[in-house]
Amino acid sequence: MNKAVLALEDGTVFEGSSFGAPTDRHGEVVFNTSLTGYQEIFTDPSYAGQIVVLTNPQIGNYGANAFDNEARRAYIEGLVVREFSPIASNWRSEQEADQFLAASGIPIAAEIDTRALVRHLRSRGVMRGVLSAAGSDPATLVQRARETPSMIGLELATRVSTKNTYEWTRGIDGGSPSEINGEPVEPCCHVVAYDFGIKHNILRRLVHTGCRVTVVPATTTAKDVLDLKPDGVFLSNGPGDPEPLERQAAEVRKLIGKKPVFGICLGHQLLGLALGAKTYKLKFGHRGANHPVLNQLTNKIEITSHNHGFAVDPDSLNQNEVEITHVNLNDNTLEGFRHRNYPVFCVQYHPEAAPGPHDSRYLFDDFFRLMNEAKGAR
Amino acid sequence: MPRRNDIKRILIVGSGPIIIGQACEFDYSGTQACKALRADGYEVVLINSNPATIMTDPELADRTYIEPLTVEFAAEVIRRERPQALLSTVGGQTGLNLSVALAEAGVLDKYNVELIGAKIGSIKKAEDRLLFKDAMQKIGLELPESLLVNNVDDGLGFAQRIGYPMILRPSFTLGGTGGGIAYNSEDLYEILERGIELSPVHEVLIEESVLGWKEYELEVMRDQAGNAIIVCSIENFDPMGVHTGDSITIAPAQTLSDREYQMMRDAALACLREIGVDTGGSNVQFAINPADGRMVIVEMNPRVSRSSALASKATGFPIAKIAAKLAVGYRLDEIKNDITRKTPACFEPTLDYVVVKIPRWQFEKFPGAEPVLGTQMKSVGEVMAIGRTFKQALAKGLRSLETGRTEGSQKFDPALIKRRLITPNPERLGYIDFALRQGYTVDDIHGLTAIDKWFLTQMREVVDFERELAAESLNSVSPQLLRRAKREGVSDSALARLWNTGSLDVRAKRKQAGIAAVFNRVDTCAAEFESFTPYLYSSYESESEADPSDRKKVMILGSGPNRIGQGIEFDYCCCHASFALQEFGVESIMVNCNPETVSTDYDTSDRLYFEPLTLEEVLNVYDTEKPDGVIVQFGGQTPLNLSLPLKRAGVPIIGTDPDHIDLAEDRKLFGQLLDELQIPSPPNGTATNVEEACEVARRLGYPVLVRPSYVLGGRAMVIAYDEETVRRYMHEAIGFSQERPVLVDRFLEDATEVDVDALSDGTDVLIAGIMEHVEEAGIHSGDSSCVLPSNTLAADVLATIEDYTAKLARALHVIGLMNVQYAVKAGVVYVLEVNPRASRTVPYVSKATGIALPKAAVALMLGRKLRDIGELTGGKHSGVLPVSHFFVKSPVFPFNKFPGVDPALGPEMRSTGEVMGVGANFGEAFGKAQLSAGTPLPDSGSIFISVSDSDKPAAVEAAKRFAELGFQLTATRGTAAVIQAAGLKCKTVFKVNEGRPNAVDLMKGGSVHLVIYTPTSGATSFSDERAIRRTAVTWRVPILTTLSGARAAAEAVASRRRDPIRVWSLQEIHAGATR
Repeated sequence: MNKAVLALEDGTVFEGSSFGAPTDRHGEVVFNTSLTGYQEIFTDPSYAGQIVVLTNPQIGNYGANAFDNEARRAYIEGLVVREFSPIASNWRSEQEADQFLAASGIPIAAEIDTRALVRHLRSRGVMRGVLSAAGSDPATLVQRARETPSMIGLELATRVSTKNTYEWTRGIDGGSPSEINGEPVEPCCHVVAYDFGIKHNILRRLVHTGCRVTVVPATTTAKDVLDLKPDGVFLSNGPGDPEPLERQAAEVRKLIGKKPVFGICLGHQLLGLALGAKTYKLKFGHRGANHPVLNQLTNKIEITSHNHGFAVDPDSLNQNEVEITHVNLNDNTLEGFRHRNYPVFCVQYHPEAAPGPHDSRYLFDDFFRLMNEAKGAR
Repeated sequence: MPRRNDIKRILIVGSGPIIIGQACEFDYSGTQACKALRADGYEVVLINSNPATIMTDPELADRTYIEPLTVEFAAEVIRRERPQALLSTVGGQTGLNLSVALAEAGVLDKYNVELIGAKIGSIKKAEDRLLFKDAMQKIGLELPESLLVNNVDDGLGFAQRIGYPMILRPSFTLGGTGGGIAYNSEDLYEILERGIELSPVHEVLIEESVLGWKEYELEVMRDQAGNAIIVCSIENFDPMGVHTGDSITIAPAQTLSDREYQMMRDAALACLREIGVDTGGSNVQFAINPADGRMVIVEMNPRVSRSSALASKATGFPIAKIAAKLAVGYRLDEIKNDITRKTPACFEPTLDYVVVKIPRWQFEKFPGAEPVLGTQMKSVGEVMAIGRTFKQALAKGLRSLETGRTEGSQKFDPALIKRRLITPNPERLGYIDFALRQGYTVDDIHGLTAIDKWFLTQMREVVDFERELAAESLNSVSPQLLRRAKREGVSDSALARLWNTGSLDVRAKRKQAGIAAVFNRVDTCAAEFESFTPYLYSSYESESEADPSDRKKVMILGSGPNRIGQGIEFDYCCCHASFALQEFGVESIMVNCNPETVSTDYDTSDRLYFEPLTLEEVLNVYDTEKPDGVIVQFGGQTPLNLSLPLKRAGVPIIGTDPDHIDLAEDRKLFGQLLDELQIPSPPNGTATNVEEACEVARRLGYPVLVRPSYVLGGRAMVIAYDEETVRRYMHEAIGFSQERPVLVDRFLEDATEVDVDALSDGTDVLIAGIMEHVEEAGIHSGDSSCVLPSNTLAADVLATIEDYTAKLARALHVIGLMNVQYAVKAGVVYVLEVNPRASRTVPYVSKATGIALPKAAVALMLGRKLRDIGELTGGKHSGVLPVSHFFVKSPVFPFNKFPGVDPALGPEMRSTGEVMGVGANFGEAFGKAQLSAGTPLPDSGSIFISVSDSDKPAAVEAAKRFAELGFQLTATRGTAAVIQAAGLKCKTVFKVNEGRPNAVDLMKGGSVHLVIYTPTSGATSFSDERAIRRTAVTWRVPILTTLSGARAAAEAVASRRRDPIRVWSLQEIHAGATR
């Protein structure tokens, strides 16, 4: 078994054994506490630029399959786990998970004391690191970790975004015969979805809800979007710091009041920026599938899927213009707001789940309803 | 929705005695509920018939009733106490059933009591198979297809549609008798025909087989506002076909992708909403077809369950406590997570470790029962282990089991591998390991067992790794490999075995290499937030989170998995020891591995180590905590077995010195001591081989009692009336050796047995209770009913017992608790056994006397004297504690779970639990105890009597009493003759082998309401006796196998006729006692 090393910018070094691709990768080291859904995490473009530590100690158990991808390839920079499974055991598995990552050139460090690592990141905050499966010297790796660009101010969304506009038509498929999804609604609304690193399950859910979806690059102007004659505009999740996305925020600003707008994660942050709010970096972010969020409109609690390192500062929101709709019960951070005058709403967390609970799927229905209302009003 | 202020007083229904399938997990849930509700300012009234529980401690509720869990007694409690609400969901199936019965009998309406937790409609929907099926279909969830049939043709037609195999369950047969699996039409024909015949309603449920499907459970909680969370997912190692209580289970689920897990989560939440569980915890079970992912729902329990206890311990999320709070109106987000303190209880715990639960079975106690596992639960206890990986957790779990066999010493037969793999049985896990070592592949084993390949691969990796280790030696092994071995969960003793050395040598070697266990926290959140609760498990990771304090502290060793003879009574003692330490300002540290118990709640002790009770693991905790003392006398035999090695390792044991504990167990030394003290004991000897045993028996004279040394619960004990029995015993007996010889005692026939619990500080001795057994000596003390105060013993006998007890306590330098068993014959008191430790009867005596014995014992262990702790002992420091009522403790047996087993009582303990009856007279207390034990005595009707010749005079007496009470008498020829000779009317009936209709026919026909049947001298049980006893169990006819029992029953019937239904709370009893 080859050695793998994770070196952090503060000089801390963890040693383990290497799986996946025998290479070196650098990035921000973050942790995710979800018990399930590692393949969705690997392939979520929001993890671009990040080495992901999974707290579930047993990873790889159920392999990988074609239906659980959230993008066409894996986006994490590297994976850190306590134990990696030697086999894949699940009826849907088509490939072992380490081969899946190796194929994307991603190194895995296993046998790491991930709990100690998470406790370290929790108390010091997330930091830059290098994962080396190529046998590099730890001191050099620490130095390289320090040279890795900081996530603050880093613009990654346009890098992972599609370069071309395309139509997405696939709904929900590939699950168990017992999965209850309901009949897909015939497409009757046209959604233009900004791809800042969009997860496939957002697209699948939009289609399932009754949308025809056109995916556009992150650099698309508001005018070009409106020219596509959408019934609604969707702002996707994505990696990196939202603040450098000034141009995008400006384009989003132009869409408010024109069309119903729904934003998720980075899309939520962009709406915040478009409405004049500020974003800030969280100490160690929210990444997991067990976060309680209170919907202040219904007074109901949703258990939600999270993946964000930045958040919108609620105090910077103009509350005459917007209304806070969702709050995180763990740390009271902002999880969602809506415009008081226009059909514009967004959430910081992931109602499309994948991975995570389905408690917040209603938001897609809300979007669909807003689009139909807007169409009716026309 | 905040706390409900319209409710002031809440009745909680407990789960009664420990039985298979309903054990001390409901003491955990009831205790949490009592504590949570009282902490919130509610008055709690509790009813439970089980005195061994913590929840029935008078401090835990405002009013505690140890009374039968029947409608009439519960109604009387309600009439007296007038609670506004009844919490039905924390007392297991028993609590739920009683709640429903109270509602249906109109009692709740009459006294205006609201059911909280689950409403009647929801309970019915969840419990009634047809209603449940309809409800699930309504929300689109599948169940295995099934059909109720009353003829073979319908069954064959259904089979044609569904296909084989199919599961057949005859309706209303006890213990699933007559059921089976049909693999083809021939099987179906045969089983169905038999099943229809056996079923009293001639109905058989045929069900689509989901055998071999993957089995999962989700623990769900919901609040009144409809917010719902999954607390824990559990995956069964054993696929469908083995009761989940008998399955090895793993948390969290290991082989589900997010897609499948979320599908299951959605289904569980939908199920809860459709069933209409307003608040609290529920358990939903699913099966998944491993071939295509099709999912069916198997069942749901609208209450706190065994799995909830496991899930609570596995996650650190206290389900029962939160369920109680939700029942009184709180929302999930209004309750804080105790562990993080900052975040709310409204979230889903996430784990960064793996939890494995392994059941513990005791088929060896039930000769005649086939040791196979199926849809009916057979295990008597379980262990849980926490590891950073599955391998580590599984290895720890196996170590926690205390099967009595050292690791690796188990014998496996290569010829049996396939059979042992195909049919689930208690040894299957061992056989999987053996098969892997014999060269079976993961695929081979998967083919035979349908166990998921992921688990099997993990086991194979261990086997491969051990091969690698075996190539090394203690000297050659590198620190890296040694560390890896520890990280993989390999124990010091396993390494010692591989390297042919001692486990303490391995320990020394690894400590020298700087390889020591560290402790990680169970924190509900995978370290995302800081944990404020020291709930710890060991690992070989890079940093320790134990963070020990520098306070004065004492460590308590728990009792491990429940088993017959060592169960909840010891957990009671350990918990009390912990409470006492905290009260005395000493930090309490608990070490235990039983997830069902109150002792493994993170808020019972200051610090909790969820660890196997092995020398290695206990020393690891000791090294980390460096406690000022360790208590070994409360956890039964488990910690006692560790006490000498711990002492040798320099661990300070407080209380009675381990060497003195050992002395009491050493036949020779103890015999010398008795001689010195001039205390008589039955003549005895020891033997280490067959001939020696026969020689000793001849010398002593038959009958003799033969047993191994160092066991609890009379494991493998027999009364031998002849040499043949002694020889057979010695051939079959579990291991004996020079160090552990077999003990042979002269058996005193027809003696009265007496149990004594006492407190001692080495100088003064306070007798807590002198309990007189209702059955004669020879029946294991745990299996016989006993009464406080003594009912028949003469004053001089009691004085002698008092005197002997004090002498023994002083001679053995007992500090803390001691138990002595005596036999009284013809006015002479003999010592049978001395145990310088807490006994099984401690909770019972504590509840009867109102004195918390473990608490006083802890004070003594901390160095205080009986004379100084009058406030804990009712002001007494010598003599015998008084009792104000009669308290009868009766055992509860699991015979209905083991068809074919002879339910005769003997020197080997077989009861799983106990109940207590309280009365103003002996008869009343005994009657209540029998009612609580599930063998209610009839008020009238017909009695069948058949006794041995020596019992005939006494049988006439008993017959007379029952005749006076209006019972008709029937007897076998010989017994009938003496009864008739005494001038009583008595019918004669055939013995089983004499012709028909015989006694068994009468019992099956329902014309016998009580059986008095004493075994013929000579111990070998004849088919007649077996048939009678078995029929009594199957048809639920109360049977008394001793004449002292018969006399007690007559008194109980008389009381029942004479005395009104009345109940007493412990609080009022104890207030009366001190007045």
